[in-house]
Parts: sequence; structure tokens; C-alpha cells
Amino acid sequence: MLLRHTPKEINQRKALTINPAKTCQPIGAMYAALGIHGCLPHSHGSQGCCAYHRSTLTRHYKEPVMAATSSFTEGASVFGGQANLVQAIDNIFTIYEPDVIAVHTTCLSETIGDDIPQIARKAEADGKIPSGKFVIHVNTPSYVGTHVTGFANMTKAMVDYFAQSNGKKIDQINIVPGYVEPSDMEEIKRLADVMGIRTVLFPDTSGVLNRPQTGKYEMFPKGGVTVEALKTTGDSMATIGLGRMASGPAARALDAKFNVHCEILDLPIGFKATDRFVDTLRKTAGTNVPDILNEERGQLLDIITDMHQYFYGRKVALAGDPDQLIALTEFLVSIDMWPIHIVTGTTAKKFETRIREITRDVPHPVNVSAPGDMFLLHQWIKNEPVDLLMGNTYMKYIARDEDIPLVRFGFPILDRIGHSYFPTVGYRGGMRLLEKILDVILDRQDRDAPEESFELVM
Amino acid sequence: MKVLKEETTNLGVEAIDPHEVKQELLRKVPTKVARKRAKQIIVNEIGPELEAQEIGANTRTIPGIITQRGCTYAGCKGVILGPTRDIVNITHGPIGCGFYSWLTRRNQTRTNGPEDENFMTYCFSTDMQEEDIVFGGEKKLRAAIQEAYDLFKPKAISIFATCPVGLIGDDVHSVAREMKEKLGINVFGFSCEGYKGVSQSAGHHIANNGIFTHVVGLNDNVKEGKFKINLLGEYNIGGDAFELDRILDDCGITVVSTFSGNSTYDQFANAHTADLNTIMCHRSINYVAEMMETKFGIPWVKINFIGAEAAAKSLRKIANYFEDPELSERVEAVIAREMPEVEKVREEVRARCEGKVAMLFVGGSRAHHYQELFREIGMKTISAGYEFAHRDDYEGRHVLPFLKVDADSRNIEELEVHPDPERFRPRKTAEDVERLAAKGFRFKDYDGMMREMPERTLVVDDISQYETDRLIDIYKPAIFCAGIKEKFAVQKKGIPMKQLHSYDSGGPYAGFRGAINFYREIDRMVNSQVWKYLKAPWQENPELAAKYACD
Repeated sequence: MLLRHTPKEINQRKALTINPAKTCQPIGAMYAALGIHGCLPHSHGSQGCCAYHRSTLTRHYKEPVMAATSSFTEGASVFGGQANLVQAIDNIFTIYEPDVIAVHTTCLSETIGDDIPQIARKAEADGKIPSGKFVIHVNTPSYVGTHVTGFANMTKAMVDYFAQSNGKKIDQINIVPGYVEPSDMEEIKRLADVMGIRTVLFPDTSGVLNRPQTGKYEMFPKGGVTVEALKTTGDSMATIGLGRMASGPAARALDAKFNVHCEILDLPIGFKATDRFVDTLRKTAGTNVPDILNEERGQLLDIITDMHQYFYGRKVALAGDPDQLIALTEFLVSIDMWPIHIVTGTTAKKFETRIREITRDVPHPVNVSAPGDMFLLHQWIKNEPVDLLMGNTYMKYIARDEDIPLVRFGFPILDRIGHSYFPTVGYRGGMRLLEKILDVILDRQDRDAPEESFELVM
Repeated sequence: MKVLKEETTNLGVEAIDPHEVKQELLRKVPTKVARKRAKQIIVNEIGPELEAQEIGANTRTIPGIITQRGCTYAGCKGVILGPTRDIVNITHGPIGCGFYSWLTRRNQTRTNGPEDENFMTYCFSTDMQEEDIVFGGEKKLRAAIQEAYDLFKPKAISIFATCPVGLIGDDVHSVAREMKEKLGINVFGFSCEGYKGVSQSAGHHIANNGIFTHVVGLNDNVKEGKFKINLLGEYNIGGDAFELDRILDDCGITVVSTFSGNSTYDQFANAHTADLNTIMCHRSINYVAEMMETKFGIPWVKINFIGAEAAAKSLRKIANYFEDPELSERVEAVIAREMPEVEKVREEVRARCEGKVAMLFVGGSRAHHYQELFREIGMKTISAGYEFAHRDDYEGRHVLPFLKVDADSRNIEELEVHPDPERFRPRKTAEDVERLAAKGFRFKDYDGMMREMPERTLVVDDISQYETDRLIDIYKPAIFCAGIKEKFAVQKKGIPMKQLHSYDSGGPYAGFRGAINFYREIDRMVNSQVWKYLKAPWQENPELAAKYACD
């Protein structure tokens, strides 16, 4: 038993978080910043944060993740980090030559109260920012929010710094894809593409964190949303934000600033959420849905009808980010599975209500906690076992101890591949998710079957 | 620069002038940075007195330079306390620090059974929120310790201070004292805020000082065994310590404690009952050996179990210390038993690896030790450097008296240690020491990495991403060793990258079986087929033979 000390009896904890289902803001900001073309994320604080964030993103994507740091020592912590940041900006533009430096703060620089825009102005006055290059920033104290809010804040900073309007609308739609994989961003672009809709997708980590092996290393690969494209977002016809927490702030900022109509939808995980996304795209752009999408949708539904017996009534425990869990829960409920234990580490106001609504017709009591941790999730499982776990790599300890199959979903996934190449959004993503769920459920059935009922055809 | 053109580098590394490479690494960086970096990039030349050149080390990382380094918290909680299983380690701070140091170093541990305590799979944090930063987090910390105690009843609880905790002035030590009193178990804190010091090395120091102050010497039970040692600076990555336990056990040598691979609280508590301290990673722990000698009278020797020859040499060194013919005989028997298989695999692998070139930029001893393994299969290390070492790790311990103590080092407490009135017991008399010395036995000695590296190799301290990139372009090594952050940028260049912090998926690499694992792993990596497929056939021969599609 790897989690041998986790008791079945649940006591209220007020101060101690055990096995968190979240991490801190700056890593989300760093991930989002990597979705700008030619951007080097910069962590303003002591160097450990940057090292940790890079390591975790690297382990998850198995790709180079570059970012610089202000490398605070005690002096900077006492006297402020201005000198460090100005020097960093100079070094970065001289040595690495990015188009954009995206600065995010850490709990250290936030606590001492460094004013990043003021420091950036100083760097500019000192001639440290070459013309045509940019320094953008976002405040991401780690003691506020989680990696999801960090992602949302950096995404909003893209609007704050770059979005413009010359008053003439362009035939394009902004899409804020939410805290999803590069593969998902690619799939979201493809869906719009096959509908013949021009989009600006930001951030866009496809082509950055799932790039091919070519024998060449490029610090700034061809992927990522360009500054030029970001500048046009103020004149787009509309913005679709996917995932309220991760994409809401940027989508609403465009609306507030430039009157760009915004629709905030769930992440398009599963057929219902994908339907809503496709339908919104169709209505907003005034186009028809091409047959290819009807076919994909039909294929997804076909799997559900064909394999319904393996989904129906299976109990599931989930941990992850609010936007993902809302969409995933809806998908599971729609195929008649029963998500009954759900935790997210992120405090999300409407999360619990939303999950309650979605699971209203599940014929089983449902536990939800936001915030909650994986220790609590494990305790719930001990009290009411489930057939399937879905969550990040850290769930593998629960999976082993309780002998429950695990489908890896969310962040971080440190021990499997695929997530950066194969989407889970859209109809095709839904097919892949079902394949993964069926694989573990059927493997399990094979493993547990007595010899006389071990069957070839399932 | 002529030397760095493609056609020259294709002639092989001998044709490359390392002095010119150094200039190339400095060419693009701003003048002030170049001046500092110049002191940290050394073309290795050992003087007639067998002295290495002076290298700039343990100095501040330059802001904006993409560095390999981590922070003090990472060194303290992640590296040193991470591998110990029965202490509840609570990170006092926002959630990130605790999350990132949760099981990410591949430290393995083996309990004595399902009932045995093991908290390594858990992550404990006070998950500080804004109001804790504004109003202070001591109250929450106190409550968290109480909750941890109520749930797990551990032997000990330790607390790690993160950056904001130091800034707002939460006193983790007074909370620890208070809760120790209240709960009746050992509770101790570490002021390991990330901004202290210039690298994770400061965190190792803080952790070791803490363990030495709060735990070592608390348990006087003497473990059975005739030859008792501590293994210092061994972290059981990928099971290294398990292999060492196996070998040492076969030799009849008892390991009282390992700092801190596969360790427990009680092992730390009676570490003072050992008769010899052996040091693997000089950087992370040499001062603990010094303090244990002063306080308890335990001598120390530098050993190295990375590399089969090195492992054999280290076993003999331990045997020589105990001056027991029976022990020496057993050690020889174990070496004789283990070596044939090692040699068999080595010869097999050598045929495919001989003459290939390696680069190692990692840790504070690993970049030195692993050169042994590469040498054994005929590979040359053309360039190496440490991520967080100090000058003595490069140049040898004789520079210790001359090291400047700068402001960043002064932040790390140096303990004043005196002989323990009850527990001090010199293991060797002055005559013993003299006699051993006359036989060539060297106590507390370490020559450093540079003296063991060939002339004209390039030693780079705290290497940056840019320098890594350039070095690879210039030398085109067969393999590059560093950490996870560097791994995929190197591999995208078509060069295999071996992690030497957490070994990727491999290990153990210590001891005899470890050497075999490493030989095979490097063979697999440098001779992998995949690097031949980087270009598709149409990229290699883009000319068209027919014109079907155009017609």
C-alpha cells in the first residue's frame, strides 16, 4: 500500500492540504506564454520557481520548455527586484532574441511588491528593449488562485497588451481555447477550419509543445499566435472563450475594451459540449456545418451505442481543473456513467452548483469539493468504491492501492505520452476518450474473468 | 572563427582549440556578463604542483540567463529530506513548492513491511492563501502540524519555509519548538526560503545542518556489526542505495545510516554510532562528515561507487581503514565475484562505444563521478561542469582555507561544533592515523574534478542554455548528460541526452550491477537507430528522377 496512511474515516481538515489537486499560478502563466510565437516566458522571483515550472512542463510535454528567471537572492528580496529584471531583459534580448518577453511574478516578487510595468518602463528608458520587441507582464502570486488562474491571467494579458481596434470589423472569430493540450488547440483550429471560419486562437501551444524531431533545435519554433494576429483581436466579429475559468477573463476583456461580442462555452469535451461549440461557431460566422463534422459526430455516437453496456452505471472518481471537470462530467453522464466523487483544488464559485446540475439525474449520491484534495478523494473512494479513476498521474497511487483502472486526463501527466499529440476535444477527441475508457474497463474485465467466462468477443 | 566551422569540427574534437571555444561561448553575451562568465569557463590545465586552475563557482546566477539551477527549498526539501520516508515533511507556503517536490526525483525507498511508515508518496502543504500572507501564517502552520499529527502520529514532523514565509517573518522554528513540546514528538523547521544562497547547494547545507542539530545523536542504540559505516551523500535515485546495501552487506560491512537515500528517522538518530563516514557526493554533505568527526570522533573518507573500478577501489579503501585481514579477504572475494560479469558486459559495450565523446553538466559531484563509467567503456569526457558546486569540488579540498565567504554564503548558518561530552569517542588514535597515512591511506581528502580530467578539456560552471547549445554545435558529442530541463532541447539537435539527476527511467547505476546497467544504457543511447532517420529519403535526395506528376 503506497498510500497506506490514508484512513477511511474522514475528519475535517482546516489547515493541512494533502496531495493537492492543483498547483500554482506561475506555471499556468508560463504555459500560456509559450503559446505566443517568439515569446520567452520570464519568471520574476527566485530561480527555483522557474526551474520547477520548466521541469514539470518538460516532464508533461517531453519537449523543450525555455524560460528565464530574475534569479533573486536575498539582496533582491530585501531591496526589490528592479535591477535583476532590467538586467534580465537586457540579457534575454541580447542572447536569446525573442520577440516578446512575458513576465509573470512569483509569490516572492508579489510579496515585496515589485511594480513590473514601472520596471519595464525603466528598462525601455535605459534602451534595453529593442524596437519592435515587447515586454508584457501579469501578476501571478502563488498564494492566489491556481495554475488555472495563472493561465487565465496571462491569456488576458495578451488582450491587455496587444489587442487593438481600428474600428473596422474583420471576418474572423477569436477563440480562447482554455487550459488544454497543444493537440486540443490544433483540433479546435481544425474544427473552425473545416467550417471555413477564419480564427485567431490564443494562446496556441500547438507547434510549440508538440513539435517534430528534425535534428534541429529552435528556441522559437513556428507555432504560437503571432503578435500581429493578437493585435487584430479587437476587430474580430466575436470571441468564443472555452472554459469559464481559463478563458473567461480574456474573452470578457475583449468585449469590455472593444465591444467584441463574447460567448463563453464549456470546453468541447464530449458530444454535447462539442455540439454547442460547433453550433455557436456556425451561428456566429453564419456558415453551414460541413458533412465531415456530422460524420465524426455520428461515429462518436456509434461507439456510444455499440458499447453502452460497458459504460452504463460505472462509477467514476475525478480530479482535475474546473473547466475540464465540468465538460468531462457532462460527457460521462451523457453516456450513462456515474461520476460520483469529484474534486478540484481550484476554488471555483459556480463549480459545485454546475456539477450538481449536470449530475442531477445520476441515480447515486455525488460528492463534490472545490477546493478539495486527492487525499479527500481517496477517502471518499475508500467509503464508496468506483470502477474508474480519471485524473492526472498522481492518481496512479490511488489506482494501485485500490486496484481501480485509471485513465490519465489533465495536468500533469508525467508517465504516459499521447496527450500532446491526440486531442480529447471535439468529436474525434471524444472517440479517443471513449477508446481509453473502454481499454481499461475491458482489460480489467479480462483480467478478472474466471477462465470459464473469459471471452474472445466482447 | 575558423576553428568552429563545420568542416573543422568534423575532423574530431582534437582539432578544436578549447580556448577558441571559450571565446565563442562569450562572444554574444553582454560585456559585463562575459567578464563574469570568463571566470567560470576554464580550459583545464593542471599545474606542475598538481594544482588545478582557479574557477569561479558558487556565485550568483545572472538574471535572464537560462540556468540549470534550482533553489534552496529544492535542495533542502527535495534533495535531502525527500528520500527519507518516515518524517512528515510539511511545506509551509503556497501550494506550488510542495507540489513540484512531490515524488519527482525518483528516490526509492523500501519499507520493512506494509505496516511500516512511508510518507514519501504524500505531499503536505499549508497551501497559504492571501490572508495568510497578510496576517501571517503561523496559526495555520500550527493547525496543520496538529492535523498531521492527529492523522498520522509520525515519529517526526519537519517544516520547510518557502520564499513568502521568510518575507512575512513567520518563525517556523518557534512554531516547531512549541509543537514539539505540545505533541511530544520531534518537530523541527528549516529556513530554506528559495532566495537564500545562489543555488540548491544552500538548501543541502541547511537541511544537513538541521538533521545534524535536531536528530543525529538522539538514539544511542548500537546496531550489530563489526564494521560500521555511514554512507553520506547517497540519495537512492533509481535504487542506487539498494545496490550499495547489497554489496556492503556481502562484504560484512554494516551501513548504520545513509544520508539520505532509503533513510529513516532512527537511522539519522544513531548515525553517531558508526565507525567511519564515507562520502559519495562531496558537495552536498562534506561538512556533515567534518562535524561528525569533531563531535563524535568519526573519521571520514571520500569514496565513489559510480564505476566498477571506483566501487572496487572504494571497498578496498573501507577495508584498509578497518585494518582487518578477514574483511579485506571478503571484500576481495566480493570484487572477484562481481567483476567477471561487469567485464563481460563492459567489453561487449566497449566495442560499440570506444572513442565516442561525452559531456556532463550536472549536480555537484555527479559530473565528476560518471566520467569513470564513461572511461570504462572507452568514452572520453571532453567537457564537464557542475550545476551548483563550490570551488573545492572542482579544485580539491586544499582550496578550502582560501575560499572567500561572500554575502550569499554568509546567509547559510555554519554550526559551531564541539566534542559531545558523552558521545565523543575517537575511532582511531593519532598513531593509527599516522600508520595508515604512511601506507598511503588518505583521510578527508578530495582532489576535485579538474585534476582527474584530461588537459585541454573544457570545464564550465553553471552552464547556461545558450552555452549548452553552442558547445553541442561545436563538439557534436555522442551523448550529453544533464537534467530534465535540458533533455529535449539537446535531443531535438539529434544528440541523445542522459539525465544524471534522476536517471530518466534507468538505474541503479552505483556499484557493480549499476555499472552494468549504465554500460548497457549508454550503449543503447549512443548506438540507437533513431538518429539515423532524422531525414526522410526525399530530404536526403531531393532531386526528381521522373516528371509524372508534372506531365
